[in-house]
Parts: sequence; C-alpha cells; structure tokens
Amino acid sequence: MGAKEIGARVKRREDAALLVGRGSYVGDLRLAGMLDAAFVRSPHAHALVRSIRAEAARRLPGVHAVLTLADLPASMQVPIPMASVIPAAVEKLYASEAEVTQYCLARDEVCYVGQTVAVVVADDRYVAEDAAELVEVEYDVLDSASDPQGALGNGAVLSHVRLPSNLACRLRLAKGDVDAAFQRAAHVFRESLHTHRGSASPMEGRGVAAALDTATGTLTVWSSAQTPHNNQRVLAELMGGSLEMVRVIVPDVGGGFGPKAICYAEEAVVAACAAVLARPVRWLEDRREHFIATTQERDQYWEVEIALDRDARILGVRGRMLHDNGAYLPLGLITPHTGAATMHGPYEIANFHLDVSVVLTNKVPVSVVRGAGRPEGVFAMERLMDRAARSLGMDPADLRRRNLIRPEQMPYSIGLVYRHGETVTYDSGDYPASQAKALELAGYDAFASRQADALRAGRYIGIGVANFVEGTGLGPFEGATVRVLPSGKVHVIAGCCPQGQGHKTALAQVCADQLGVRLDDITVVTGDTGAIPMGVGTIASRSGANAGSAVLLAGAEVRKRILRLACKNLEAREDDLELSEGRVHLKGDPAASVSFSELYRAALGGARLGGWLSPEIPPGLEATTYFTPRQSAFCNGTHVTEVEVDIGTGRIRIERYVVVHDCGRVINPLIVEGQVQGGVAHGVGNALLEFMGYDDDAQPLTATFLDYLLPNAACVPRVEIGHLESPSPINPLGVKGAGEGGTIGAPAAIIAAIENALKPFDIAISEFPLTPRRLIELLSRSAKWGALAP
Amino acid sequence: MKQLLPISLNVNGDSYDIAIPPWRTLLEVLRENLGLTGTKKSCLEGQCGACTVLLDGKPVNSCLLLAVEAQGKEITTIEGLARDGVLHPLQKAFVEHGAIQCGFCSPGMALAAKALLDRNPNPSEDEVRHAIVGHLCRCTGYFQIIEAIRDAAAEMARKDVQA
Repeated sequence: MGAKEIGARVKRREDAALLVGRGSYVGDLRLAGMLDAAFVRSPHAHALVRSIRAEAARRLPGVHAVLTLADLPASMQVPIPMASVIPAAVEKLYASEAEVTQYCLARDEVCYVGQTVAVVVADDRYVAEDAAELVEVEYDVLDSASDPQGALGNGAVLSHVRLPSNLACRLRLAKGDVDAAFQRAAHVFRESLHTHRGSASPMEGRGVAAALDTATGTLTVWSSAQTPHNNQRVLAELMGGSLEMVRVIVPDVGGGFGPKAICYAEEAVVAACAAVLARPVRWLEDRREHFIATTQERDQYWEVEIALDRDARILGVRGRMLHDNGAYLPLGLITPHTGAATMHGPYEIANFHLDVSVVLTNKVPVSVVRGAGRPEGVFAMERLMDRAARSLGMDPADLRRRNLIRPEQMPYSIGLVYRHGETVTYDSGDYPASQAKALELAGYDAFASRQADALRAGRYIGIGVANFVEGTGLGPFEGATVRVLPSGKVHVIAGCCPQGQGHKTALAQVCADQLGVRLDDITVVTGDTGAIPMGVGTIASRSGANAGSAVLLAGAEVRKRILRLACKNLEAREDDLELSEGRVHLKGDPAASVSFSELYRAALGGARLGGWLSPEIPPGLEATTYFTPRQSAFCNGTHVTEVEVDIGTGRIRIERYVVVHDCGRVINPLIVEGQVQGGVAHGVGNALLEFMGYDDDAQPLTATFLDYLLPNAACVPRVEIGHLESPSPINPLGVKGAGEGGTIGAPAAIIAAIENALKPFDIAISEFPLTPRRLIELLSRSAKWGALAP
Repeated sequence: MKQLLPISLNVNGDSYDIAIPPWRTLLEVLRENLGLTGTKKSCLEGQCGACTVLLDGKPVNSCLLLAVEAQGKEITTIEGLARDGVLHPLQKAFVEHGAIQCGFCSPGMALAAKALLDRNPNPSEDEVRHAIVGHLCRCTGYFQIIEAIRDAAAEMARKDVQA
C-alpha cells in the first residue's frame, strides 16, 4: 500500500464550515433554558477572605443562584488536583499538594488578582455581572509577593499564609563533573538572563457550558479545552460522581496554545451550577478574564556559564534558574522542567549542572504556553553560544557547528532526566544538516559584507541563528477507532483534541492510505469522551505522532478484516487483492470487486436477523487501537533571522526569517508550514512585544489588547521554510511534532540578530521581550552611544 | 422593566423586524436574536477585529455598534459572503492557501479583505497588511492570509477580464 495521501498538500477539510460562519464553538451553542454565569474575582493579589454577603445579589431580578465554596457539593470543597505528577527526585518544600493548588472558589485566602471567589448564575451575562458587583466580600488585604527574585530572601513577603517560604520546589539536572570541566576550561563565559511572561491569548477565550440530563443524572460539559478526558476525570472526581456520569465534548476551539490543557475552577463550578439548578449553564471568558485568570508563562531568571576548550568545544554548562510559577502549581513543574532539559539542545555537552528553583508569587498561575519552557531554555543556551562567539571573535554559526551532535551518534542520550522522570534520548535527526540548510537559505555567508555596506550607509542590520531540539509526541498513549459504516464510508474517532491544527484532515489522510478510501468518504470526530473511552488530548505537539499512529494501527487492523472477508467473497488470496475507492479489487480483473458496504453486511453475518458468523472472527469492520510510544520523538530545527534596527526610534524590523524544521515524516506540508509560520509569529510576540506586566503589589497592568500587544499583520514576516525529514523510529508513522518549533527558536534568534545589528554599540541583550523603549534604554547606556547616536 | 424597541435590520439582503433592548450591540443581536453566530465575539473592546461585519460595505466592529445604529444600512456578515452556495473567491483562496487554522478570526478577516478588494482590486502586500492590521490572529502568523487575499484579487481580476 503506497502513501498517496500522507505527504500530500491536502486542503483542510475543516475550512469550508469555518469560512461560511458554520463553525460551532462553545459560545455558539444554544441550549434551551441556558443561563449565564459570571464570577466574583479577587481584586487583591493577596488577601484573607473574612466574609461573603450575597443577599443583595440574590435579590436582583433574573438571578438564579449565587454560590460560594460552602454552597458547592462537599466533594468540590477541595483543591483542584494538580494536572501533572511531580517526579519523585524533585525536592518539594511544601507539606501537601493542597497547599499549592487552588480551590474552585476561595476558601479563606486569595493569592492572585482574578482568583474565583463566588459565582453568580442569572438569565444573562448582563444580569450576572450586575449581581456579581452586589456580592460584598470583606477582605483583609495582605502584602503580596510580586518579584520572584526578592521572594526568596530572608523576611520576604509570603505569597501564601500557610507556606513557610515562597520556594515551592528545587530540581537539579546534572551529569558528569561540571566543576572539573570548568577548572580545565580555556574559556568561560557567563550570562545573566531574564525571560518575561506572556499570555496565550487564543482568539477564543476559555468557555464552558454544562447541562444535566435529569432522567439519567448524566452531566454533559462542552468545553473549549485541550484535554477532554482529563477534564472528565477531574470533573467526575470533584462532582463526587463516577467517570461515566460526565461526558466532556470539545466542539470547535478558537485556539488553545497550552493553557486550555488544564481543568480550571470555572469549569468545575459551572458544572456544579448546572447540576444544582438542573438548567444548562454557561460561562464564556471575556478578554480581561483571560489576562487575569488563565495561566501564563515565561518568567524566568537564568545565571548560567559555559566552559570551552581551546578549540571552542563545549566542556560544560552550569548555573541556576529561578522560575516564577505564579500563585499555584496547577500543572506541576512541566514548564520549568521542560525548559531546563531543553537547554542542552543539539550540542555535545559532557558535563552539565543546572539547579532550578520554583518560586510562588501572587500572580496568575503558570501552566504552559506554546513552547512550554523551551523558548526560555533555548534562549539561555543560544545566548551563551553567542556570548562565547563574540568574546572569542568567532562566527557564532561556526561555534555552533563545531559542537553539534552528529547524525551517526543517534540515538543519543543527553543523560538528563526529563519532566516525567525519563532520561532524554534523542531518537533521530541531522542537526548539522539543519543548521547548514538554514544558513544557506538565509544567505548567511554573504551577510557580513552586506552588513558592512549597510553600516557605511548608517543602517544597522544584523543576523541571528538559533538551534533547538524539542521533545514531542508526549505519552502515555492516544487512541483511535476506525469504523467502516453501512454506506461503506469510514468513520474515525480519535482521542486527540484539536484547536485549529487541522487534525481532522491529517488523520483522514492517514486513514485513507490504510483503507484506500477517498478523503471525502472519511469523517473524523475528536475531543469527545463519549466517543472514545480513553484519551489524552492535544498538548505538547503530540497528536500527529500519537493519534496519527493510533489511526494508522486501527486502520491496519480494519484493513486486515476487510481483506479476510474479501478473500472469501472474491475467492482470491490476499496478495491478489487491492483496496481503492472503498472497494476491494482483484488485481488485473477490473470486473471482480466487492464494495466495503457489501463486506460490512457480511461482517455482520448478513443484513437480516438469523445469520451466522465464524466465532473466531469478530463482527463488524472496526477496530479501536491505543498507541503507546516508549519515549518522546525529538524534532529539531534552526532559525535564522535578519533584522534592521532604527537606532533613532528603537524600531525593529524583521527583514527575513528562515526556519529549517525536521518533524520527521510530514503528513501534510500545508498544515506543517502553517504551524511553523504561526509558531514564529508567537515567537515574534515573545521576542518583541508581549509583556504581561504587574506592579510591585502584583496587580496586573496589562489586561487589554491595547496594553498587551499581540503580533499583528504589520510585524510578522513571511517565514521561509525548509523541511528535513528524519523519520522517528518511535512511532510507526515516523512523525514528530510540529506545533511549537516555530516559537521555540524565535526569541533566541531574534534577540541575537538585534544584538548583532548593534555590534558597533557593544551592548549585550539578555532578556525578552525587547521593546523599542527598552532598546533605546540599553543603547543610551552604551559607552559608544555619545559618538554614534543619531 | 426591560423596554423593547422595535427595529428593522437588513442583513445579507434579508430584512428582519425584531424588538430588542435598545442597548444591545449589533454583535449581540446578530448572534442571539438572528442566530447568525458566524460573527465572533472575542475582546468586546474593538481591539481584535473578530466581530467585524460590513456596514454599507465598510468594515466595522459590531461589538462597539448598537444595533439601532445599523438600521437603514446594508449589513453583510460572513454568512452572506458566499452567494447561492458558491464560495466567494476570497473564501476559496483562504482554503487553498491554508489561511485558516482555528477559524475564529477568519470571518472578520475575510470581510475586511472583501472591503479592501471592493475598493482596491489590486492591492500590494503592504496594502493588504494594512487592511487587516486591526484583525488579530494567534494561529496563522498572517502570511497565508495575505497570500490568499492577493491571490483572490488576481482571480477576481481574471474573471473580470473574461466577463
């Protein structure tokens, strides 16, 4: 069976509905009698809740309920469980998980502005918000921890009254003897770096609607989510019911980018309201709520150094990283741990030691945002490489090239422990080829002379390079059902949960090649716990690798069953049969064929009652298969970008952007290129624009799109993409993730290019985002500024 | 307590007579009273462009406009872009170029593009970027959208020549 659809630039099958206004997102659902919820949220970054009076709110006409924690079912008066397990090797400085996870509604302490305190359910959102304002909450305002660096000192303000300190966890990633390596080094270079937090900002915020079937007691929850099966489990637990009493359906989702991967307070509370009131209830996050109540990411401080020998080969890397996780640990340590392990990148590093401290502050909690710690880890490593190259007077690309792991060394264990306790082993890839191809596409060799010409004309242009390796295809499994329908068409159900990635198209391509059916004859359902009993969802660039492989395996099983029946029907051997257009054909005899529809009837023992089947053959033409990868599939890539900086205004223009990306076998280049282009846009935002600001009292300062800038059409360049395809041996499709690589390398490459453009000023840039104002600040501190300023 | 105001709206060539509270925005009326949910609700502050509809051919944020103000004008929503089941060249080009990912900004983006091509049938890349600069998209990184709009312009010009 040849790959006809896999690898083809197939147009997305999702698009037609989305483009004529027939998309169906949570906010588009119409349920009879549906009520709207609004939340009373803490206006303080840290406070004790003394009392909540809701009488006035309850009296407002149109209000159906005002609930506080005490009004929720007893099973829900507990903290929401952490969505990820913290590996045993991590040192935890809190006594129990309950201290670092959040209650659905405030118990007695609120730890960030935006934390849910009470809920109002009313006829519509207007009434609900009016009533929310009538809820009187008496707070004892406490000092708050805003600066994570200051949060660890003696006498620092505590972010939680019950915790002994703001230090939540310590973890160490280490191998070799790093101190000895530094002692024998010819060169040592240090960096002190800061990466700043941003929001995910999908165009559709979070949203949830819930309805109780009063006859069966079953609760259906529609959610704009990434992990429906996890939400089902958490909701069932919090509702005090069994798993099968909750069904989570994820309709069209208007972007996810990470934070929709956890089950939030609002989701559980809305479910409880629907159950208590026996009426459908919904809550749709507004934009302000997204900025103050949806998890964010990227606040880290790195103190790192690199040791090189005489030939500029890396002897060791060591240092420490401080990670600000905001007020709670809803997703454990996924982000700091992933970022720390990703720092190693594509380089040979025999000795490595990184100590990570995870600190709690009174800010919005952290989970993951596209990249999940990796943009930070890559920034740390690549800044060290640039610093070393500059100090040694070397070409930064050459320094990198000397240190890249070579393809013949694959599989290559970097000897560091990853987020779930497993050792990182790169499975495949050609890192030198990736860098070489990216440099070639970017015209790197000719750049130095262009830069010199530009400088003579008073223009500051620069180029930056960044490499990354990314663990994708996160386990533990994903499942799929492939089912031949009575019509002979094929239905696919998968446990993944797309938010715009085009999975329905990609999975149909995989299935089409297995069964020889046209894409138009395949329907795909995702994100429904009622359709497939076990699933993980769409996070961590995992769906192509895992859901794709599950569809491949289930499709292969169905193919086997089809052939077995067709052999009988056509009195032929399997080798003589081929599948195409929903039929099984006898090779070389166009007249001899049988349709899937006929085989379907045969597989049920005939179309009427009273037939017989062989007991050893299962009825029907369907199979459900779960694919379990043994480890992550590691994709890699190289970003090269060219910028021009206006030193008068601080304006930074990205003139060219090249990404060479190796996500293994490409299922659909149209989709992969879209992921890379979109990922780079997010990275441009992180590098240049997106700054989630808080004041010294941890009050958020940037809660609108006027204050928090997303990249727009004027500032995102065309990304020139080169594909390398090193098939992963980890899964039968040979694919690796493609959803985050565009973001992961971008801040490092862009900041490097800016620093390179400003070589004459001899400034070091050690942070992102870099706004024009901050750039001018850095420039004006340069000793060369006086002589060179415009 | 809630006073309802009778109003008439012309949406996608159909006229609707409805009674609404006078403070209802056009976005709310389209979505909730008329069931036209293709117009998307995102920031509600006029900063993201997801709720864009055309008012007498010009793109407006329907979240910032009261429905009463839209009376007497021709309102075009995404549901009205395809005619008689035939996709507009812009819609076709969006699919062709992979210009849609989650689809949440796409209706507003497509309508802004239509308004652009109606007044400038042959826009440069910069003109296209400028026309959609008020439309935030978190998924695509814009470039495929820009290509799709320029390609649709070329396609429409070809058709005009043939006609």
